[in-house]
Amino acid sequence: MENLRLLFDSPVLSVQLLIDGVLIGAIFALAAYGMALVWGVMGLINVAQGELVMLGGYAAFYLYRARIHPLFGIPLAAAAMFCFGWLLYRLVIFRIVEKDLFISILATFGLSILLQQLANTLFGADVRTAESGFGTLFLFGGAVTVAEIKLISFAAALVTGVFLIQFLRRSRMGQAIRATAQNARAARVMGVDTQRVYAWTFGLNAAICGASGALVAMTWVVHPYLGLPYTVRAFMIVIVAGLGNVTAVLATALGLGAAENFAGFIFGAEYQAAFVFGLLVAILVWRRFWLARERRYLQ
Amino acid sequence: MKLRRGAVAACVVLALVAPYLFPNWRTQMALLFIMIVFALTWDLLGGQMGYNSFGNVLFFGVGMYVCAIVQRNGHFAYYPGLFLGSAAGAVAAVAVAAVLGSGILGLRGHYFAIGTLGLGIAAGELAGGWDFVGAGGGMVPPLFPGELGGRETFFYYLCLALAAVTLPVLRWLYSGRFGLVLNAIRDDEDKAEAMGLRTTRYKTTAWCISAFFLGLSGGAVGNLLGFIDPREVAFAVDTFGVWMVLMAILGGKGTLWGPVLGAVVFHVTKELFWTYLLGWQRVALGLLIVVIVVFFPVGILGWARERWPERFGHRIEGAP
Amino acid sequence: MPKRISRTHLVASGGVALLLALAFAAVAEATGDEIVLGAAVSLTGKYSVNGKNTKDGYDLAVERINELGGVKVAGKPYKLKVTYYDDESTPARAAQLTERLISQDGVKFMLGAYGSGLTKAMAPVTEKYKVPHVEGNSAARELFTQGYKYLFAVLSTSDYYLRDAVNLAADVAKEHRKDPKTVKLAMAFENDPFSLDVRDGVLEDAKKYGMKVLIDDKLPPEINDMAATLTKVRAVKPDVLIVSGHEKGAALVVRQTGEMKIDVPMMASTHCDSARIAETMPRLAEGFLCASQWDRHLSYKDRWFGSADDYANRFEKRFNYPAPYQAAESTASVLVYADAFARAGSLDPEKVRDAIASTDMMTMYGPIKFDTTGKNTAKPMVLYQVQGGEYKVVAPKKWAQTKLVWPRKLSQ
Repeated sequence: MENLRLLFDSPVLSVQLLIDGVLIGAIFALAAYGMALVWGVMGLINVAQGELVMLGGYAAFYLYRARIHPLFGIPLAAAAMFCFGWLLYRLVIFRIVEKDLFISILATFGLSILLQQLANTLFGADVRTAESGFGTLFLFGGAVTVAEIKLISFAAALVTGVFLIQFLRRSRMGQAIRATAQNARAARVMGVDTQRVYAWTFGLNAAICGASGALVAMTWVVHPYLGLPYTVRAFMIVIVAGLGNVTAVLATALGLGAAENFAGFIFGAEYQAAFVFGLLVAILVWRRFWLARERRYLQ
Repeated sequence: MKLRRGAVAACVVLALVAPYLFPNWRTQMALLFIMIVFALTWDLLGGQMGYNSFGNVLFFGVGMYVCAIVQRNGHFAYYPGLFLGSAAGAVAAVAVAAVLGSGILGLRGHYFAIGTLGLGIAAGELAGGWDFVGAGGGMVPPLFPGELGGRETFFYYLCLALAAVTLPVLRWLYSGRFGLVLNAIRDDEDKAEAMGLRTTRYKTTAWCISAFFLGLSGGAVGNLLGFIDPREVAFAVDTFGVWMVLMAILGGKGTLWGPVLGAVVFHVTKELFWTYLLGWQRVALGLLIVVIVVFFPVGILGWARERWPERFGHRIEGAP
Repeated sequence: MPKRISRTHLVASGGVALLLALAFAAVAEATGDEIVLGAAVSLTGKYSVNGKNTKDGYDLAVERINELGGVKVAGKPYKLKVTYYDDESTPARAAQLTERLISQDGVKFMLGAYGSGLTKAMAPVTEKYKVPHVEGNSAARELFTQGYKYLFAVLSTSDYYLRDAVNLAADVAKEHRKDPKTVKLAMAFENDPFSLDVRDGVLEDAKKYGMKVLIDDKLPPEINDMAATLTKVRAVKPDVLIVSGHEKGAALVVRQTGEMKIDVPMMASTHCDSARIAETMPRLAEGFLCASQWDRHLSYKDRWFGSADDYANRFEKRFNYPAPYQAAESTASVLVYADAFARAGSLDPEKVRDAIASTDMMTMYGPIKFDTTGKNTAKPMVLYQVQGGEYKVVAPKKWAQTKLVWPRKLSQ
């Protein structure tokens, strides 16, 4: 309650919490775009989503070590992760596409613990950061601070969203992806190479995750076990926002980031995660009752 | 039939004398029985009813914590404390299942899977923030009073008894109307509902039965390990919670003996990896999981059934 | 079609068989004139940074002792060897592996795991089997109130980690003619046994001075962002910010206080040196106080490694990174065994336990002498401050290399 009072006493704190939350949400949004894409097109829930973020973070870290400016590090990490995603598809994922959704959850869970320990062995368990060298902006006479790198993540989330929409609408591959999402068999009959479409989709997902990982490395820290929170939040966002709507994914992600930050402030950091997962369950149950009511109206 | 009865009898005798044959492996074997209970109770929902839960570990954790609290605050002697605690843990787990059931079991498909995952994680986080149960520091159940080695033997038989009760109870349930209703729900829930079955009631009952055995095993495991951590022992969603599913799938979900077989194979393999592939064990385990679900999505028993249908009592058309 | 299916199955079964074969191929049994010490360390999971430090510390000690001819027990020289398992940073696993080391692998002497939570799970097992358990990486006070007879810790208990920071804050207040009562604290501790214990120590001393605690957050172990807590810090303007959350906590607090320009005159954290905040973020880390069990500049010496500095040099040469205190204390626990074996003149666990209990030795890690509960009461903690990108000891006064810089200068 003390914390709530604090919030009412100085409303500028809410601004700070809101800004931080929204900017954190932007990074979730990236991971969620990828998940929505893969889920929608390939019918696959990728539990290793967070591990792709983690690998992207390491890519950015090593690029930073090689004295490449972090701003170039983001697209380079994305490109590297695209190749990785493609490879992963050709090696493993192609076997679980078009199978039971549940199979995909378990198989990618296996992949995720595999990638975790591989990263632990290859990169070491140390906590790494890529110094972006960006400064901090002051608002309201210094009462609110915004790290520039967080603004960059926000911009990156917007740009990626726009790019994704345009890519899916205009490009040849984007059209093929949409066709496959609607009906894979029909697309195949029409001459679309669905295997190639799937590989592209998964590569694209890995690339987006890679970009978000690069941003994580520049905003916070990277270590082999950071994946799970991103996976779970991406899940939540996609469930709430639905599969086919990039704008809704972005809005939900930003909202979730803000809600989480406020929860951490009000209930204390120890209940932040409990709040998020409780919220997830509540949303699911609410959605179910809501759907049931809809059904009743239809009758 | 005679052969099968003989095999069962042999298994029973072996299980009873095992602690004297392999005294060093008692704790491992006790955990193996717990794994069997995990896989069996998961399969009650996941396999028989088609509700793939990732959060059954919730009941395990509730049982473990309630048992430890009763033991700590009840000032009983060790054995009465343990049994009262386990009983209270099981009751609490069933109560949680009954309360949550109507809301959560209304979710379908992967929404149910993810909703239960959220429940499991949220429970761990709540326990980790609550000072009454030691918050992130965890709890330590009372020390076993007996002689050296007595503890292992005691918990071995306790876990054995738990598994030995779970199996026939589930077998009895599956053989009657209850099992048929669960299968009907799995095959087509809307149709089952349209036929006048009160599906929600059946689903909640099934969840409660599952919770009962998990609550009991929670109390036993808390005392067996001697240390309760909110996220890594009690509500260990990413280890126990996922292993339950894997073991049931590995053995063959929707069968009675499949989960048992899966638990044995999984537990033994995992222990071998952890012993001999130090530093790569999770890579190996991850690979194994991928191989299991990609190549044996129907499990060992399911695969065997496809291979040799006549051994499983399926008549092939045209066969005598 | 059926043929294809069976082929894929063949491949899959082949894969499984290969893995199993690999598993069995790795079996290695070592015998001979060796004393085998058992250890479950965190090679993976959230403690894996420190787990590696721990393992490296053990390995260096064993290598050095064997290089010097091993341990003489009743006139017969023995080599040391450590059998490792990976506990994956989980208590359940650690307890299980301890049991396995003792009952299946026949280990009679246990070294510690990294982390109080893990040791809490392991201690009942070693106690039950009456196996000596010397550890250098688990400092929760609760471990020493259970009446364990076989558990010995060479390090200072965790409630001592940041007490000095509170004392320093009180000193500074007195220097500026203020009552220590006016000092306001903000704290954020990871929700794990170790950090909660650090918190107890800080709270005790804060109460002693009558300081006011404004923020008392518990950080979840998988925390990736501290913005909510730090916003609160900015709002209430404390005089001291104390954080404990292993490497991740240290790296995060340094980074985010810098980014959010949180201006607190004194900030303290644990695990800064193993998180290498001064090396990777010198600008942001300037002025941070760091708790440490040990420092290479302290004037400790022993017959195996020479001075603390010699040890640090040897460690760096062997493992290519500067020796953190987690490695030094692990090395020290092996040294305790080496000393105790020689004095016991026997490999009987009971006799070795008694020899360990009567340990009174000097090591490069510091003096070691156990009280009746098994903790080392002879060795103090030190507190660093990051100054000019380096860790300088500022407390306790006896070892201070330089004076505390207060208030810490905020980097621009």
